[in-house]
Amino acid sequence: MPAIKSLEELKRIREEALQKKQMKATPGNVQVIVAMGTCGIAAGARDTMKSVLNYIETEKVSGITVTQTGCMGRCEEEPIVQVALGDQPKVVYGKVNAQVAEKIMRQHVQNGQPVKENIIQI
Amino acid sequence: MAFYRSHVLVCVDPECLAKGAHEVVDALQDEFIAQGLIDEIQVLETSRIGGRGNGPEMMVYPEGIHYVGMTPDDIPYLVEEHFLKGRIVERFREVVRPIVDEELGALRPKEVRVVLRNCGQIDPNNIEDYLATDGYQALGKVLFEMTPEGVIDEVLKSGLRGRCGAGFPAAKKWQITRDVQDSPKYMICNADEGDPGAFMNRRVLEGDPHSVIEGMIIGAYAVGASYGYIYCRAEYPVAVQTLNIAIAQAREFGFLGKNILGTDFSFDLEVRVGAGAFVCGEETALIASIMGMRGEPHPRPPFPSVKGVWDKPSNNNNVETYSNVPQIILNGAAWYASMGTEKSKFARLCNRDIERFHGNGIFGATIDVTITRADCVRADDHSFNY
Repeated sequence: MPAIKSLEELKRIREEALQKKQMKATPGNVQVIVAMGTCGIAAGARDTMKSVLNYIETEKVSGITVTQTGCMGRCEEEPIVQVALGDQPKVVYGKVNAQVAEKIMRQHVQNGQPVKENIIQI
Repeated sequence: MAFYRSHVLVCVDPECLAKGAHEVVDALQDEFIAQGLIDEIQVLETSRIGGRGNGPEMMVYPEGIHYVGMTPDDIPYLVEEHFLKGRIVERFREVVRPIVDEELGALRPKEVRVVLRNCGQIDPNNIEDYLATDGYQALGKVLFEMTPEGVIDEVLKSGLRGRCGAGFPAAKKWQITRDVQDSPKYMICNADEGDPGAFMNRRVLEGDPHSVIEGMIIGAYAVGASYGYIYCRAEYPVAVQTLNIAIAQAREFGFLGKNILGTDFSFDLEVRVGAGAFVCGEETALIASIMGMRGEPHPRPPFPSVKGVWDKPSNNNNVETYSNVPQIILNGAAWYASMGTEKSKFARLCNRDIERFHGNGIFGATIDVTITRADCVRADDHSFNY
């Protein structure tokens, strides 16, 4: 990516970035975000992430974007996973270990049914 | 040293004591002795575990089971079931919080999200996420539409005060560094955060590293610095990694390096990792450490702004201080100054300590509010009834 050299280019890059972000939130696309701050990692978020990626690979699901984020402020609920189906509001799950992650992927991401017992509010 | 296979932590804070916590502890001890488990299981007294206050509480490790509401008479059964047979006693198990609605919760009253606006909302390893939330637009505004003096003026009017703990007006420090006739000048970010248990800076470094980087670049423009150091403690490996990735991406996009955004302003950054010394959170010791010397504090004057790293003018500010700068530039000094009191205009982060408030976490608030337990709890959080 060539370096930005002017204010106009900077503004254009921002528009592009905003568009890319909005594209991720279109119907048919699923965003799965795993919190990987130190608190998350200490609680086992790396296993959670592996479980999510594993699921996608073995079930050969497409249309899912998996990204990571920092600490959200509910450190006692870590590992935390956010799921957004298309342009629907995000659903935030707490205490997501590897098994719960698989359940979320199967039940919520593939079948559209949020896993109520693990939902938290942030 | 005895080796215990399990630990039982019983809450003995005043609430639980009133509900018979000590009797429970005694009953546990008696039962463990009777069952011959006293050398394998340790009973410890502790403070609030975080339940709803429905009776004596205990946590069993390593499983992490939270039991609530036992009476001393229930203890023999519980010990037999859990510790001898290995079965969790569901009757006493703390119920998981009730279901909540699926939307992103509203801010708790009194909470202000300035520095934390992106934390947990963006991917810190992806600069495009930051760009999508107006990232680096403040830098563009500063480089193309403002003079260095104008930047200092804006920050001065906002009333931004240092967040390391001294509260010295940031703009004043920038002005002092700017006025010194020497070069090269340096920007330093104090990311040592030695306070035990504090992780406000860590959260920003891991969640929104670009806000700190952008703040430093803007400050460097104001002050006339050409290089910067972020001194991050060694105990924050994830933060160090996140910062390095962020710096590399910022360089790629032309926000760091020579001729930033095509102007003739050049600035670059590097991360310096600490080595476990609490004293290196103090700025002169920190500077000594950056130079590879033993982290020993030096008397001031001369202040780092006059003689700092390599004996050159160095502006040292906290992670949070820098993180506020892009927002101040974008939203204006008046917006920032409208928060807080006459003398203390800011929204800053404070750690909520686990014992005194329910749960733990970081809370952004202005100086003039009193944060009570109730403010830290989300509206639907029924697990706490004070």
